[in-house]
Amino acid sequence: MKDELKPRIVKGPDGIEFEVDPLRDYYCEASPSVHPPVYVKIVEDFFNWARSESLWILGFGTGCGAIEMRPLMTPRFDAYRFGVQWRPTPRQANLLMISGYLSTKTLKRAIRSYEQMQSPKYVVGLGSCTINGGMYWDSYNTIKKLDEYLPVDLYIVGCMPRPEALLQGFEDLKQIIRAGKAEGANQYAEKFEWYKANQKKVIHDWDMPDYNW
Amino acid sequence: MDFEWIRIPHALLTLLIVFLYGLLLGAVIQKIGARAGRRHGIPFYQNYIDLIKNYALRTTITHGFMFYLGPVFRLTGGVGLLLFVPTIYGVAMHENFSFAGDLILALYFVFFGSLGMALGAGESGHPYAAIGVSRGLSQVTAAELPFAIAVFAVALQYQTLSVTDIVAAQQGSVFNWTVFTNPLAVTAAMMSFLGSMMRPPFDVVLAPQEIPIGPPTEYHSAYLALMQSNRAIFPIAKMVIYMNLFFGGAANWPVFFLKVFLLYLFAAFVGVVFPRFRVEQSVRWFLVWGVPVAVAGLFWV
Repeated sequence: MKDELKPRIVKGPDGIEFEVDPLRDYYCEASPSVHPPVYVKIVEDFFNWARSESLWILGFGTGCGAIEMRPLMTPRFDAYRFGVQWRPTPRQANLLMISGYLSTKTLKRAIRSYEQMQSPKYVVGLGSCTINGGMYWDSYNTIKKLDEYLPVDLYIVGCMPRPEALLQGFEDLKQIIRAGKAEGANQYAEKFEWYKANQKKVIHDWDMPDYNW
Repeated sequence: MDFEWIRIPHALLTLLIVFLYGLLLGAVIQKIGARAGRRHGIPFYQNYIDLIKNYALRTTITHGFMFYLGPVFRLTGGVGLLLFVPTIYGVAMHENFSFAGDLILALYFVFFGSLGMALGAGESGHPYAAIGVSRGLSQVTAAELPFAIAVFAVALQYQTLSVTDIVAAQQGSVFNWTVFTNPLAVTAAMMSFLGSMMRPPFDVVLAPQEIPIGPPTEYHSAYLALMQSNRAIFPIAKMVIYMNLFFGGAANWPVFFLKVFLLYLFAAFVGVVFPRFRVEQSVRWFLVWGVPVAVAGLFWV
């Protein structure tokens, strides 16, 4: 564990000394809970429609695939037409794009970002690297199958998929959400132990609480 | 003074119309900005869907008491601003709760939301939120100065602190509008208007492209939806004040919609032409260009 995460005595500006335990004071320890659809079907369908038409992507690029997302914001492909927007903070986003290969170091950040997002939230894996490792299949520090670590709703294949493929992927994701099948956040909460075990298997310097939101 | 209860549903109706129009107008203005960048931009109904989605999110987390109250204060600022000035001049239904000294109250409400936001964002504990709030408050304070002086000029000119009386004094001809009778004060106020509309060049506080997106960094789900509601109401309420003080007010809804749209368009046009200011640059801009013009407007009277 890093020094900055160890409990320590801090002297405040007014001269009073107090103890800080970063893992306990700066993070919340409660584990995720399942939030099933609670409204009657017609309301839930309406909400699912609204969720599908308002996809807010977390602006977080993990690999070379991130470069394929930029043309989506610019005049040529302009994903804003389809209700897809980018948000700079995980609190407001509800779609995490894992864009390409994911090194174990980045996986840690991806997990933290995912856990800070608000449910219902969706994960899309971009490119072959998230499915089976792709051209990094024998690399020592990238993960091979993304859905062992995060609940993936949709994969978009290719190395790299072109922006057209991404737009088609968004449309497919919308259909999944509208059908009420995009319950990745609940799946993550139900199989939390399994996901954590997988994550800890590859992340050796685990210096954060198990669930940090 | 006896109070007529029917004014409450009437005021709520005004609020609803302004809210729906505000959401629509926000999207249209964003579309115009996108067209300037040769994009199509979001659909005109996107803001409604975003709002429904944010209310429909299943989880929310809180950082404490003020964190709850931040968006509430913000919305109170917008709604209060709208409710205490006459929206449509001469129509009793949409006169809201205007009274003799409402100009002073309006000046206060313009600032009220930012202060509530400062407390709420401070409670969220996120360093970016604190940076955003300190930037935002310094910019809004600087932008408010020319506006406040311009409002004093207008109040002196018409010898009243009642928005209704100021609108009444401008009726008759287009040339009775304050923009023709006191152009200097209006120029200064329009400079301040740019600063408070959160469009470029003065949107460094809230711009999503800035790494800290500012005060709402930690806000999500229903909190964010409340703030989105305020983003729809507050600019319109602010433009109602401008319309009433400087551009002759509106005697019916079509004129209201048109004038508000043109005022918003002014901010959007300036926004697509000029690049973004840093905070210290914008503060300097308001003090160097805005305040002297406003003071000159005061002497004009």
